[in-house]
Amino acid sequence: MVGPPLQVGDNVVLERQHLQQLLDVLTKRGYRIVGPTVRDRAIILDELGSVADLPAGWTDEQDGGTYRLKKRADEALFGYVVGPHSWKKFLLQPQMRLWQARRVGSTFEVLAGSEETPRFAFIGVRSCDLHAIATQDKVFVAGEYADPSYRSRRENILVVAVNCGQAGGTCFCVSMKTGPKVTFGFDLALTEVLDVDGHYFLVEVGTELGAEVLREVSHREAREEEKAAAESVIARCSGQMGRSLDTTEIKELLYRNYEHPRWDDVAGRCLTCGNCAMVCPTCFCTTVEDFTDLSGERAERRRRMDVCFTMDFSYIHGGSIRSSAMARYRQWMTHKLATWIDQFGVSGCVGCGRCITWCPVAIDITEETRAIRESELNRREVI
Amino acid sequence: MQTLEPILSEHPFLKGLKPDYLKILVGCASNVRFNAGQYLFREGEEANQFYMIRQGRVAVEVRAAELGPITVQTVGEGDVLGWSWLIPPYRWRFDARALELTRAIALDGKCLRTKSEEDHNLGYELLKRFSNIIVERLEATRLQLLDVYRARS
Amino acid sequence: MLTHVYRVERVRDETYDTFTLELKPRNDSGVTSFAPGQFNMLYVFGVGEVPISISGDPTRPRKLIHTTRAVGPVTKAMRKLNRGDELGVRGPFGTSWPVEEAKGCDVVIVAGGIGMAPLRPSVYQLLSQRQEHGKLILLYGARTPADLLYQEEMQRLRGRSDLQVDITVDRALRWWRGNVGVVTTLIPKASFDPTSTIAMVCGPEIMMRFTVAELEKRGVAEENIYISMERNMKCGLGSCGHCQFGPFFVCKDGPVFRYDRVKYFLGKAEV
Repeated sequence: MVGPPLQVGDNVVLERQHLQQLLDVLTKRGYRIVGPTVRDRAIILDELGSVADLPAGWTDEQDGGTYRLKKRADEALFGYVVGPHSWKKFLLQPQMRLWQARRVGSTFEVLAGSEETPRFAFIGVRSCDLHAIATQDKVFVAGEYADPSYRSRRENILVVAVNCGQAGGTCFCVSMKTGPKVTFGFDLALTEVLDVDGHYFLVEVGTELGAEVLREVSHREAREEEKAAAESVIARCSGQMGRSLDTTEIKELLYRNYEHPRWDDVAGRCLTCGNCAMVCPTCFCTTVEDFTDLSGERAERRRRMDVCFTMDFSYIHGGSIRSSAMARYRQWMTHKLATWIDQFGVSGCVGCGRCITWCPVAIDITEETRAIRESELNRREVI
Repeated sequence: MQTLEPILSEHPFLKGLKPDYLKILVGCASNVRFNAGQYLFREGEEANQFYMIRQGRVAVEVRAAELGPITVQTVGEGDVLGWSWLIPPYRWRFDARALELTRAIALDGKCLRTKSEEDHNLGYELLKRFSNIIVERLEATRLQLLDVYRARS
Repeated sequence: MLTHVYRVERVRDETYDTFTLELKPRNDSGVTSFAPGQFNMLYVFGVGEVPISISGDPTRPRKLIHTTRAVGPVTKAMRKLNRGDELGVRGPFGTSWPVEEAKGCDVVIVAGGIGMAPLRPSVYQLLSQRQEHGKLILLYGARTPADLLYQEEMQRLRGRSDLQVDITVDRALRWWRGNVGVVTTLIPKASFDPTSTIAMVCGPEIMMRFTVAELEKRGVAEENIYISMERNMKCGLGSCGHCQFGPFFVCKDGPVFRYDRVKYFLGKAEV
């Protein structure tokens, strides 16, 4: 059971049949295991009972406005990319209660919530999503006001990341320099290899905690050819990206082009449904709602995820600042690619491609950027 | 009137005007004074002058039957009041009432109209200055129209 | 972030739709310090929470004072509160008027309508350190004479020789003997040294843009003009995303902004 002494940075091999042991160790340590599973014809993130809940033998075909699951020829456990869910589902939460208040005569008491912080083990986190978590950390953990709920959940997660073995149809992490290889933010990182030698995972140890956990799981030293096989899996994936985005001076490009006619063009297609914001792993906007019960004695404030595409997102007495669809799409895209950089020092986009896949009319953020950039080049050539 | 020349030449409205033209204006100028409550002119009357306000405050009013007079603008020291003398039918479109003791220079518009027809350069100098005032007034009026302080819900 | 319970000391109508709340912390302990220009998030039990500028005297922080219009369900409910009722306060949030930067300068304050409320603390603070500044000029425009805020106080301020106060309204009936015209018309007549002036401007966005244009025409540099912006706010902490204005979060990068920093985005529609 116990293998050679493990250190951060070590690479070892975990056989496919021993993966369940890893989950068992995590469960024993009090973690709630969440990861990818098939539901409603998509691969979503939810609590896993065992390895059997992973989407073995499934892959996803993604393109603009298209998502289909297809059976694979093999039984890879992580042979797909990202689905409509992202890890903000567990860290930021779609809905939560902020506090309660109780009326006492003409006064009232505010009662802080005291929910127990769940300890999640995230299984199968892709590099793009690790970057997304890091950027949401900048919003909710760094900065003057840390969000207590996000922070406590965040401090209690254990991350088992996965290096993508194949790129998705809408992926462009290479352009955004966010993958496909996982480089930080993980306790353990797995690269799945299926070849003539068998089905195994090359495991990189990322933290002391990861080493601790792995010590209780059957593993062995990695042979050179196994390390090479894992490397080539990742390299092959890098070459398969479905999309690309030129990020050269992209902030300045979009700042210059607030009045570009392309925005009107997109507005003609955009339904302002907000799907892109909902599936985006970095979108963090929330709203608060106040409730009372019928007696008026108890009040509650809840926070829930919000999208900047709604008509009342920017409402102030009498009207919305961004009432046209054009303005709302422009807000989302320029925030994601440009103003985010001024706000947080990094791009808001991690190249996961979800917004392209889940847009009902297949609006493609890489295409829109390209259109604006190229029209500028054309103008310069004309001059 | 010799005493008015220094006063006119210092007024911001006439800054930069050639001394010859200044003399013409002085020739058409007279010192006037209105007590609080007194009307400078009323809507419908013939508009034959304009006023360079030296001191005091004048309300430009519109008569609304059921509300009484509504003040749309006040002018004070350094302002110029009245451009109806420039444009046919040369009739005042508003009332102007002094809110407090007001001293002004009244300029004979009829006289200036005639002189401007004879010397277009004089006309141009006057129109340049009046255009400035009219544009400022128009911009201010538009801003007033927007009613920006109105409550919206 | 939890809301802190404050007790209502007084609710007073300023005009037919605007009122002032005076609040004290529930157990009357502690000061309620803030910098002029900042705002609080005020919560009415069971109804909701809104951002309201603080309009009291920062040099006398025993009471928390807010002036606001009753336009939505929360502010309408606030207006119905009585002495002894309680509401929740979170804050103070946001950036403040550059009172320190204005030392050694003339200060021109231009307030439009309800914009007088977030500027009043600045007036108090400037007056409390009067010798640090050159000329102090307050230009205040409102819709009609009935809409003027703090009327008694304005009278007192006008009586001071160390402060020049000019008031104007957009329209007036016969009895009004003051100025009629938009507040920008007061700027050419105010006497200050544009090369050594800090301007603080607050009011509806249109009014602020026109005022800035007029100040620039007078020669005030855009780095010396400060405005206060308003956007939809839910958290006040920079994490809900609603108050974004270009790259800025109005709740933490504002509401007071130096004009040259936001000029580009102010010029863009629907940003």
